[in-house]
Amino acid sequence: MNYEKKVNKLEGKLPERVKNRLIEKMEEEELKGQEADELIENTKKEYKRCRFEAGEAIGVIAAQSISEPATQMTMRTYHVAGSAQGVEITQGLPRLIEVVDARKTIKTPSMDVYLEEEYQNEEEARNVANEIRETKLVDIITEDRIDLLNLVVEFDIDKEALKGVNMDKEEAIGSLNKGRRKYEAELDGNVIKIVPKDDDVSVRDLQKIKNKVMDKHMKGIKGISQAVVTETQGMWTIQTLGTNLKKVLKVEGVNPKKTVSSDPREMEKVFGIEACRNTVLKEGHKTIKDQGLDVDIRHMMLVADTMTVDGELKAIGRYGIAGEKGSVLARASFEVTVRHLTDAAIEGEVDDLNSTVENVIINQTVPVGTGMYDVVYKPERSE
Amino acid sequence: MTDLFLNGKFIGTTEEPKELVREVREGRREGKFPHDFNIRYNEEEENIRINTDSGRVRRPLVRVEDGEPLLTEDHIEDIEDGEIRWSDLIEEGVIEWIDASEEEDLLVASKEEDITDKHTHVEIHPANILGINASLVPFPEYNRGDRVSYGAKMIGQTLGFYSANYPLRADTKSNILAYPQTPLVTTQTEEAVELEKHPAGQNVVVALLSYKGFNIEDALIVNKSSVERGFARSYFFRTYDAEKQRYSGGQEDEISIPDKDVRGYRSEEAYSHLSEDGIVPPEVGVESGSVIIGKTSPLRFMGTGEFVTGIQNRRETSVTVRHGEGGVADKVLLSETENGNKLVKVTVREQRIPELGDKFATRHGQKGVIGLMEPEENMPFTKDGVTPDIILNPHGIPSRQTVGQILEILAGKTGALEGTKIDGTAFSSEEEDSIRERLRDCGFRSDGKEVLYNGTTGEIMEAEIFQGVVYYEKLEHMVSNKIHARSRGPVTLLTKQPTEGRAKEGGLRLGEMEKDCFIGHGASMTLKERFSSDKVTLPICKKCGVVAIEDESKDETRCPMCKKSDEVEEVPMSYGFKLLLDELKSMTIYPKLDIGESV
Repeated sequence: MNYEKKVNKLEGKLPERVKNRLIEKMEEEELKGQEADELIENTKKEYKRCRFEAGEAIGVIAAQSISEPATQMTMRTYHVAGSAQGVEITQGLPRLIEVVDARKTIKTPSMDVYLEEEYQNEEEARNVANEIRETKLVDIITEDRIDLLNLVVEFDIDKEALKGVNMDKEEAIGSLNKGRRKYEAELDGNVIKIVPKDDDVSVRDLQKIKNKVMDKHMKGIKGISQAVVTETQGMWTIQTLGTNLKKVLKVEGVNPKKTVSSDPREMEKVFGIEACRNTVLKEGHKTIKDQGLDVDIRHMMLVADTMTVDGELKAIGRYGIAGEKGSVLARASFEVTVRHLTDAAIEGEVDDLNSTVENVIINQTVPVGTGMYDVVYKPERSE
Repeated sequence: MTDLFLNGKFIGTTEEPKELVREVREGRREGKFPHDFNIRYNEEEENIRINTDSGRVRRPLVRVEDGEPLLTEDHIEDIEDGEIRWSDLIEEGVIEWIDASEEEDLLVASKEEDITDKHTHVEIHPANILGINASLVPFPEYNRGDRVSYGAKMIGQTLGFYSANYPLRADTKSNILAYPQTPLVTTQTEEAVELEKHPAGQNVVVALLSYKGFNIEDALIVNKSSVERGFARSYFFRTYDAEKQRYSGGQEDEISIPDKDVRGYRSEEAYSHLSEDGIVPPEVGVESGSVIIGKTSPLRFMGTGEFVTGIQNRRETSVTVRHGEGGVADKVLLSETENGNKLVKVTVREQRIPELGDKFATRHGQKGVIGLMEPEENMPFTKDGVTPDIILNPHGIPSRQTVGQILEILAGKTGALEGTKIDGTAFSSEEEDSIRERLRDCGFRSDGKEVLYNGTTGEIMEAEIFQGVVYYEKLEHMVSNKIHARSRGPVTLLTKQPTEGRAKEGGLRLGEMEKDCFIGHGASMTLKERFSSDKVTLPICKKCGVVAIEDESKDETRCPMCKKSDEVEEVPMSYGFKLLLDELKSMTIYPKLDIGESV
């Protein structure tokens, strides 16, 4: 369209989203040539006004804007008991620290599993949830005992539970007899009998076998302990406790385009660094927002961007971006002073004094705000 | 089987724990065991713990048997007649000392009326559940609990008449209230601890009124004329000391007016307060920084080589009055230390007249600082001409729920008018109705309100004002102890940065987070200026990047590395950075400064 052509001339001056909205609005109002030009001009001006100015200390402002409310979080560490039907996920300050620290393993990883069009009803959603949720033998039995006479371990099957996870007895036996093992599972009416292959077993060995078998994976995806089906505005989704994104994406009925994990590192592995950045942004912003605090999302954007610019997820702190600052003095002034100084001496590092801390140390103007620019006047030499 | 522990140590087991505990207790009452022998049977943990060690908190309780307290009317009569004493009651087993663990086994009634068959003990008086400080709060049961705690805590901070022999004592720091009074509203504990012999406050007339607005946020408006008459005036004593120490080589300190040749000699004027013996005589006025004990010591690092003696090789180590303090030399004490060294102690006395910002409190945790000192002629007055000494803000009352204080004001007013003391002991205080009735009998409204006239305009005030007498305490937090400001001042030797702390006239640190605020605002120039306390300008060799040497004898500034002086440039930096460079050099790291073209 005509509008699109006009707007596309602005390449690089406006972000994609603003451009799309501009086109949308112009089509809606059916603006004529001059009016359209005026709107574009004004939008450009407004957008320019909204950006921060050169020399603005956005890093410090972002840090203060996030950490001031975060201190308030420490003071009221209340948590919502039993939220989201039993799925209790780390919230508040611990969660925020987890995200910003880019922890290798997070406390309660979870997934938001979205479903394909055809699976948008409660029954199908539940089926998918059963498919995903890991079922162990413990979950489908009512009682366990050791038969000392015959040296056999016995389990009473919980029929209800078995039905709940869409399994029958034969399937259960089949799952038990998968892989390398020291026993043979047999079905005897409503009882599963575990017969050790070795004839000469002690009671202690039986006990060991029993504990092992009870933990045996029967169905579903490993690592996902809970999967709760929820409906919001006609959309059926599954919330899980525990993640295994790679496998979940392959499950039939799961929408692989929308399904996400709350673990930025897993997102990085599966989808790449941009998805990781968005996860950090989303999770960080959500934790603050859930606590009833209002922090502008752009501060969190800056954090997420700095954590991921290099193409890999880095923590904020000693082992992350703070430890990789360009200036020796800045690094030395922030924790483990001696190591940074000796390393710099060995490598013959040069500090160009480009940032704040190092200039504060030697009492020079900090290149920020009014210290950003110099008026230079060099009189011509008259010879 | 139940384990048996004595003072935490395992000593054996028993099959009949209840019987054993009973026997031990009975034995104690009969005098077979000492009375500080406490025993507890813990059924859940299946153990018996006997404690006899020191440091346990114990309190006396009256024993109850079959629903009747063992302390009878006969006992009380005998005590009144002086026939028996406290120790007789304990020997008889009427009263027992119970510790915290034994109390777990008992059921203690707080009042005699509450006793049932199940009770084993009863309080001597219900107020006994309170500690000493808390039981000095009148009408505590009418207050919210936390207020009583705050009040009890602040009783410990009051200035008063702590000891009658204070003129002889040489405490390092002490305060004496000039005109202490015993409270009009008392508690029985006060009598028991003989508080009337060392009171810690004054009864003053207070009005609950937000006059002129200078008492917002818990501030107090104080009648300036009351202060001039001596309200809350106190004396602060500080004792300084000096010891005539002996050093190796037969040298020793000398307490005298230092000779002019001594290193660090102050000035003739500085020693003008001293008498010939080098010590200030009593009743001589001194101010902060003046020498009160003149002293010289031998030099610290006496080499083993040449042994120089003589006055030139002594240093000044006089004792001076602390920064921000002053007053009058109160007394001089000459003595000896346990090593036989001469010891001089000089006490300086300073009068402390209440000033803006001094802290006061009632016994109900209602604390505040002086916000305004108003002359009496501007204070509101009643038809009889009574003006309040303190105007309290009524906004401090509802949220804190210190009803006890309202009652104290009412009771204090009644007591002042009748010339009697009124009992405010917890759980057995004077009844509110009786106080009100007696107040009415004195010709006042029973609710304590009075018609007041505006002190500046003379107009009648629209509302009646609640006014009465309350016991006010002056707390030890006074502005003169805390006031602190600095522009220029002393710096530390190593870094040339300002010293830290009020006592050293230090600066107020602009810390990490404050720095971030300046950066956040983009105020680089302000930041640089604020951090320039240790600014220096140093000559730097442009080629080698090290600090050059200023050689005055050759009148040149030369680089210590290339020995040339043609490429030396003056560079401003912080002394702290120069120190960092030096320390790096000492660690064999060569920090080369690469200075560009000067603009």
